[in-house]
Amino acid sequence: MKAHSAASRIRAVLLKEVIQMRRDRLTFAMIIGIPILQLVLFGYAINTDPKNLPTGVVMADPGPVARSIVAGMQTSGYFLIERGHSEAEARAGLTAGTLAFVVTVPAGFHSDLVRGQNPEIIVEADASDPTASANAIAALPEIVNRAIAASTQGPMSAAGAGAVRPEIIVHRHYNPERITAYNIVPGLIGTILTMTATLMTALALTREIERGTMENLLAMPLRPIEIMVGKIVPYIGLGFLQVGVILIAAYLLFQVPMEGSLTLLLSAVLLFIAANVTLGYTFSTLARSQLQAMQMTFFFFLPSILLSGFMFPFRGMPVWAQAIGQVLPLTHFLRAVRGVMLKGNDVLQTLPHLWPVTLFLLVIGTIALMRFRRTLD
Amino acid sequence: MNANGETVIDVRGLTKRFGDKVAVDDVDMTVARGEIVGFLGPNGSGKTTTIRMICGLLRPDGGEGTCLGHDIVREAEAIKRQVGYMTQRFSLYEDLTIRENLEFVARLYALSNLRQSVNETVEGLGLKSRQHQLAGTLSGGWKQRLALAACIMHKPRLLLLDEPTAGVDPKARREFWDEIHHLAEDGLTVLVSTHYMDEAERCHRVVYIAYGTIVARGTAEEIIESSGLGTFVVAGQGAAAAARALNGMPGVEQVAAFGQDIHVVGSHGPSLAESVHEVAERYPIHVAPGETTLEDVFIRLMSDAQVNENGR
Repeated sequence: MKAHSAASRIRAVLLKEVIQMRRDRLTFAMIIGIPILQLVLFGYAINTDPKNLPTGVVMADPGPVARSIVAGMQTSGYFLIERGHSEAEARAGLTAGTLAFVVTVPAGFHSDLVRGQNPEIIVEADASDPTASANAIAALPEIVNRAIAASTQGPMSAAGAGAVRPEIIVHRHYNPERITAYNIVPGLIGTILTMTATLMTALALTREIERGTMENLLAMPLRPIEIMVGKIVPYIGLGFLQVGVILIAAYLLFQVPMEGSLTLLLSAVLLFIAANVTLGYTFSTLARSQLQAMQMTFFFFLPSILLSGFMFPFRGMPVWAQAIGQVLPLTHFLRAVRGVMLKGNDVLQTLPHLWPVTLFLLVIGTIALMRFRRTLD
Repeated sequence: MNANGETVIDVRGLTKRFGDKVAVDDVDMTVARGEIVGFLGPNGSGKTTTIRMICGLLRPDGGEGTCLGHDIVREAEAIKRQVGYMTQRFSLYEDLTIRENLEFVARLYALSNLRQSVNETVEGLGLKSRQHQLAGTLSGGWKQRLALAACIMHKPRLLLLDEPTAGVDPKARREFWDEIHHLAEDGLTVLVSTHYMDEAERCHRVVYIAYGTIVARGTAEEIIESSGLGTFVVAGQGAAAAARALNGMPGVEQVAAFGQDIHVVGSHGPSLAESVHEVAERYPIHVAPGETTLEDVFIRLMSDAQVNENGR
């Protein structure tokens, strides 16, 4: 009987929240719109691995090896080769920004190579945007080595660097084509959930206080845990809706692979949403107004974005920043999701990333229940 | 205490402070089953705070007591299940329909027959055709009726109403009070705060609070009688001028216009009579002894309390 009435009370709050959520069209549109917008922006517009960078080639020694190198650059996809530049023209193009690279094959390149001396290829890059050129430059030595290896097989094999297969491979794990969308989709799931799930529940209690409905709610026989569960569960559902939107769009637009188990992924998602909505609810018990709740959310959101490894590589951060990052659920969630989606990690490989999120959830949930004011004091 | 004449509210020495300010100071109150008790007092006098302490919404800083036999501090949950509390401000959900609000409340009290309870309530309100309308679109009078319906749906034993008729038209107010009396006949106990004198007169008993302290209690007649106030009604062409002259004369404590008439009130009969007759000789007015109203008493109580408060 007692359990029955508790269930009835939770149901009351839960259904009320769902109705209010449905009726708040603008917020609902935002909940669905944000993931799609972010996905399209990050997937299409923002590309940290640009291809087809205009490249001028100054060929002072048009030997077979040099031609082979240029062909290798072209097929790598990073370089859009424009031939026939004079040295002066090429340099002007670089200054004007019409060329991103100038590759010069100096006179005597071929003869140096044949004689076994170190031949030089000069690459000049427009490094004003280092991230734009970084990957292309990183790919160059490999391209050159392989081109040399390829063209020195057979009659000139004495001068060759060794037995290397004669095709150009940019060898990178898990995202061989370095498609930004692959990396961004798991990150987007995490950041979007961090933002919306936390914000929505952060507003949950403060809205009741601001509208004056809290007094009525408190005057009725509701326990704090019943209010919390009733308020949190609908937003977990909403979070899953968002994840569904992102996953479907990611598959349709970018053919992002799903290497691991979907069930495992969704379990991690459930845990992560629960952690975030509970955090939002905790903010809600601390804040006096919706504005304060919103400010708290952003205060949490910023380090989540910057220190979790979503924006910047986690290993590149100083120790203190890593320590902060370790506390954030997003950090661990990103590792779990990238692992499951891109590497096909199984449960055992994913667990190390899930228990910190669980711990976070338990601690925050306890704080929320302790902080909840049963009276209007 | 379970026999007839059982005490529903029994609190002693209730005290509540907000920072330095004492909002409620040593308030005692007993309310018997089936009584309708009016709770009066100026704005900010501590009515709402007292009501909130009785139903467990605020924790008293001092004092103790029971509500429906449960301790108001330790057994707030048990009290909440049997109390219907109607807040001063409309506190149902404006973005929910009338029916959804009632269903929400019915589920909160785990009513066994949800659909039936809600249907009965909607029909009792006469809102069947508008049950799918958002509560926020209702007029003040309808909001108040909805709020009352919502807080009696779980058949509480005690109703706490905090200025339930503020901003409601006279007809709706009268219907509201008919409903309250109807409920009290069935044994429901009601504590209602109000500013309206006609409403105070419809209560079985009245408690008057000012600056956190109860300054008068009893039936309307008892309060008027014990105030010791006498009243003269001044009428005629010169009434307005006479009123100005009377202000500040010995024995004259209140001068108030009621339509064409002026009510002159004072607690010292002989000096009041002397002043009134003196003025009557100078102006074209008729003077007749009048009946002191509850309002006269309350205004007197209010200014007395103010003097005390300022003198502290």
